[in-house]
Amino acid sequence: MAGYTEEELAEDLKNQEYKFGFTTEIESDKIPVGLNEDVIRLISAKKNEPEWLLEYRLNAFKIWQDMIEPDWAHVKYEKPNFQEISYFAAPKKQYESWDDVDPEMKATMDKLGISLDEQKKLTGVAVDFVMDSVSVATSFKEKLGELGIIFSSFSEAVQNHPDLVRKHLGTVVPTKDNFYAALNSAVFSDGSFCYIPKGVRCPMELSTYFRINESGTGQFERTLVVADEGSYVSYLEGCTAPQRDENQLHAAVVELIALDDAEIKYSTVQNWFPGDKNGVGGIFNFVTKRGMCHTNSKISWTQVETGSAVTWKYPSCILKGDNSIGEFYSVAVTNNYQQADTGTKMIHLGKNTKSTVISKGISAGQSQNSYRGLIQINKNAHNARNFTQCDSLLMSDRCGAHTFPYIECSNNSAKLEHEATTSKIGEDQIFYCQQRGLSEESAIGLIVNGYVKEVLNKLPMEFAVEAQKLLAISLENSVG
Amino acid sequence: MSKALLDIKNLHAEIEDEGKAILKGLNLTVNAGEIHAIMGPNGAGKSTLASVVSGKDGYEVTQGTVEMDGQDLLDLDPDERAKEGLFLAFQYPVEIPGVSNINFLRTALNEIKEYRKEDPISAKDFMALVREKSKLVELDSKLASRSVNEGFSGGEKKRNEIFQMAMLDPKVAILDETDSGLDIDALRIVAAGVNKLKNENNAVILITHYQRLLDYIVPDYVHVLADGKIVKTGDKTLALELEEKGYDWLTEEKTV
Amino acid sequence: MTLVLSKKMDTFLSELTVPSNEIQSNIIEQLKGMDFPTSRDEYWKYTRVGKISNTKFSNTTAPSNEIDVAAHLVSDNYIVIENGTIRTELSQTNSDFAINYKDATEVNHLVNLDNNNVFTAINSGLFKEAISISISANQAIEKPLQLVFVSTGESNIANNRILVEAGKSSSASVIISNISNKANNCFNNTIIEASVAENAHLTLHKIQNESATNLSVSTEQVRQAKNSTFKINTFTLTGLLVRNNINIAVEGENCETYMNGAIVSAGKQHVDNHTFVDHQVPNCYSNENYKYVMDDQSTGVFNGRVIVQKDAQVINAYQNNGNILLSDNASINSKPELEIYADDVKCSHGSTTGQLDEMALFYLQARGISRENAKKLLVSAFIGEVISATNDDTVIELIQQLLSNEYGWEFA
Ligand SMILES: Nc1ncnc2c1ncn2[C@@H]1O[C@H](COP(=O)(O)OP(=O)(O)O)[C@@H](O)[C@H]1O
Ligand SMILES: [Mg+2]
Repeated sequence: MAGYTEEELAEDLKNQEYKFGFTTEIESDKIPVGLNEDVIRLISAKKNEPEWLLEYRLNAFKIWQDMIEPDWAHVKYEKPNFQEISYFAAPKKQYESWDDVDPEMKATMDKLGISLDEQKKLTGVAVDFVMDSVSVATSFKEKLGELGIIFSSFSEAVQNHPDLVRKHLGTVVPTKDNFYAALNSAVFSDGSFCYIPKGVRCPMELSTYFRINESGTGQFERTLVVADEGSYVSYLEGCTAPQRDENQLHAAVVELIALDDAEIKYSTVQNWFPGDKNGVGGIFNFVTKRGMCHTNSKISWTQVETGSAVTWKYPSCILKGDNSIGEFYSVAVTNNYQQADTGTKMIHLGKNTKSTVISKGISAGQSQNSYRGLIQINKNAHNARNFTQCDSLLMSDRCGAHTFPYIECSNNSAKLEHEATTSKIGEDQIFYCQQRGLSEESAIGLIVNGYVKEVLNKLPMEFAVEAQKLLAISLENSVG
Repeated sequence: MSKALLDIKNLHAEIEDEGKAILKGLNLTVNAGEIHAIMGPNGAGKSTLASVVSGKDGYEVTQGTVEMDGQDLLDLDPDERAKEGLFLAFQYPVEIPGVSNINFLRTALNEIKEYRKEDPISAKDFMALVREKSKLVELDSKLASRSVNEGFSGGEKKRNEIFQMAMLDPKVAILDETDSGLDIDALRIVAAGVNKLKNENNAVILITHYQRLLDYIVPDYVHVLADGKIVKTGDKTLALELEEKGYDWLTEEKTV
Repeated sequence: MTLVLSKKMDTFLSELTVPSNEIQSNIIEQLKGMDFPTSRDEYWKYTRVGKISNTKFSNTTAPSNEIDVAAHLVSDNYIVIENGTIRTELSQTNSDFAINYKDATEVNHLVNLDNNNVFTAINSGLFKEAISISISANQAIEKPLQLVFVSTGESNIANNRILVEAGKSSSASVIISNISNKANNCFNNTIIEASVAENAHLTLHKIQNESATNLSVSTEQVRQAKNSTFKINTFTLTGLLVRNNINIAVEGENCETYMNGAIVSAGKQHVDNHTFVDHQVPNCYSNENYKYVMDDQSTGVFNGRVIVQKDAQVINAYQNNGNILLSDNASINSKPELEIYADDVKCSHGSTTGQLDEMALFYLQARGISRENAKKLLVSAFIGEVISATNDDTVIELIQQLLSNEYGWEFA
């Protein structure tokens, strides 16, 4: 058959949001107050944005007004009041003094081995202290610049590379994709932009880590990564230190574009404030992450999710090009009253496309942890392959672990395998370790690490080590 | 002069999707009443030869001919080749859950009989045949009622292949590494079975790595397959020489 | 919006006669404010019911004189039901089961059912006589009771209502056959309510072999008391649109629950199986295995849902769904769901979709079996596993016979 064209895809994206999302779009006549066109104009003007971007935002706002907040996910929370959210210039609340910082958070950071100076910076304490990372960042930038790699804040990219941004923005996550993507498209604060030129292999892991507070990325983060033909990039998002943020709602959009023969590896460690032991406070993390794979390209998502009170997140791949590959490796840990509904969507459009999904859920306390994944093999995806393994580990008798796979196959040369297991952490294993002298805590740490190893192995080394520590911390006192 | 049962001329074949050439001008003639051994280094193309001759998908013959008993094989489906009297003992026999050995063999035997315009075999005669032939390779007759190769040990799978050969009585049998993974007792049993099945009107091609099989089934010819061709042919003493010297001297000799 | 929708329901109901009693007329009144499910409803995501909702069915067609069920009978204890009307003169029953026919005023379950479900409400509002089947305590009945539902004529609707009560420590099985005698575009809407008392064993076999233009929605609502075993085997061979809902509430400890499904579809068939096992109490076992073989443009849906409720510890629940697509145009949507709220559990599910194994096909061909027959052998083996799991020789034989007639498959 003739190739699936860009236009057709664009059309599909427009018309099939039900297919690509899990959401049902229902019209509503309710117009939320608290956010209006003037606010959006103000955001755009403050950032000195070109006219087309303002139009983009206003259009998104119009679309968002007609949408209602989705409720299909297996999570319960009080819906944010959009009137009470400040949509621009929303700087992180800074602590007046180091003494105000939550002692529990201080303790956690100590355990992670984070230096006091760094701790202060991460918590946003206003102290006269400049960390070295600024100069580090500069030296990085020089080196990247030599290769033609663009890596900057989103706002800078809009000023310096408007054509690149305009060409790709919203091509993977269309504005009307879902409620939060539409909201983000209207009010996004800042984020990262990354472009790897043809044939270039990015020599270092690109990380938002070293400019975490540089630009006040805020709650409506927008990330766009474009890997041009034959290029490679590994991108790290987040950091392993706990993030205190007073913003209740986070609605980020991440778009990845892997052009022919390109490869993008995107790793996330998410450790936003999960709320306290009684489920008070914590971040609502409603993220739309999606990658577009062109011919022979590969996008690999790896995530370790331990934070947030409510998580709603499905890093996905549209395998549009023949022979393209999508991967999703995930560890999601929930404790106390956390709720996570996370997974992936692999949309197979091209021939010989392959996807692999490995999801490891761990639920403890009173938390609810759901895997939701869509594998969709379209009519023309000849010889498509998918393998999905999703396992859930239960650590207490008050938590929940749920699996909601959607497997849709419309091509008979495809081969799909899905396996899921749910079980309790092995008491005999714990006992065996204890009998050899390990404490219960370290026995659990050991077993959990073995359980998630397959996924952690996909992370860059240093990240993996910290992620491991993070898991141990998240699961402290979790055995019921 | 005895008649040629299998006649392979200038056979070139490649992997269909990759276009990678594996067989590069292979010639082999096997006459009725003969036993041929094909040896060669790993990856030389021995199994590919067996697959191409028996008509497995995924290979493309780009040149050459394969005839069995004067009949062109290359245009036939795999089952038609089998019906013409070609048998392949697989290097890795396939497990087929849910299909019993008995049902499978009876379907095969009756289809072959129908093709040859013979009457189908009665259930009673069939079971008698199963009992008789399973003794030949000392195959536990209980295995006959299990699913094809499912849960069989490596040795049982290989014996099952020879048992099937006995049931189907082929003109040309290609045994692809039937000896590998067998202990010495099992090897003797399999060899004795093959020797009993061998007669003046059929032929056997043994693909093997090890000389030891040839102590039990004595070949008339030994061929060395390397880089997609027969690079040397000799009698059974060649096998001993190969055991001692390996294959490098042959491939080096060729490049000189 | 709602106006348009209730109009649709009005049209649907326009040709239908409601039995004259207050209970059912009330249900029909409620029904008028309801709408048929759309793909926006999570549990109807993959199934469109337009073929049902857009047809004006009739429920007053005169009985046919040419009913022939012989080829489908596997028991000498059977009841024939034509288009929702019980044909006692064509039936033959003995005293093994206590059988009563009840109208809506005599059935006290009506209000307990989820009448918010449109098809349930249609059935509740329209069924004529429910078949009430009781198995007395401690009674072990060897021969199954067979209910043969026959569709005849053009665009007739059958609202079948069956109540099964398996008494303490009893054991029995019921076969439900859906067949057609010269039927076109008929709709079978069936509800089976079964309660399985302590220590009882109940098996239901469903054999769906309707005409190629027939539509069917059926719901089994089952409750299991402690130490009981319930098995349900669904065989779907034909029918244009087939939707099965099996809802099992496991209310007592130490229960076993088995669900098997063998689905063979061709043409433009659409077969949708939704199963739901609700593990409310500890120490139970459930096992589900559904296999689909899909040809032509047929489409399949499997939605298997297992919930393990809080404190329902020591539950082992297994789900398997295997699908083979024989044609380029067939498609399948599979949704095995696990919702677990207890920790001492072992639950797993697997779903595989693909073609027949090429290696196995080649192996069979290399032994002289034609590709066509090799495929049949592999398909029979694939689906045969589920069929033989029914453990009932007469049923197995019948299914194999029907499949052999329809597709030329051989079983051994
Ligand atoms: N289906 C296939 N796809 C790709 N490569 C293949 C395939 N079959 C064989 N080959 C390659 O062809 C060569 C010959 O393999 P084979 O015939 O199995 O060797 P032998 O049996 O002599 O050890 C090897 O390099 C092998 O990797
Ligand atoms: Mg080999």
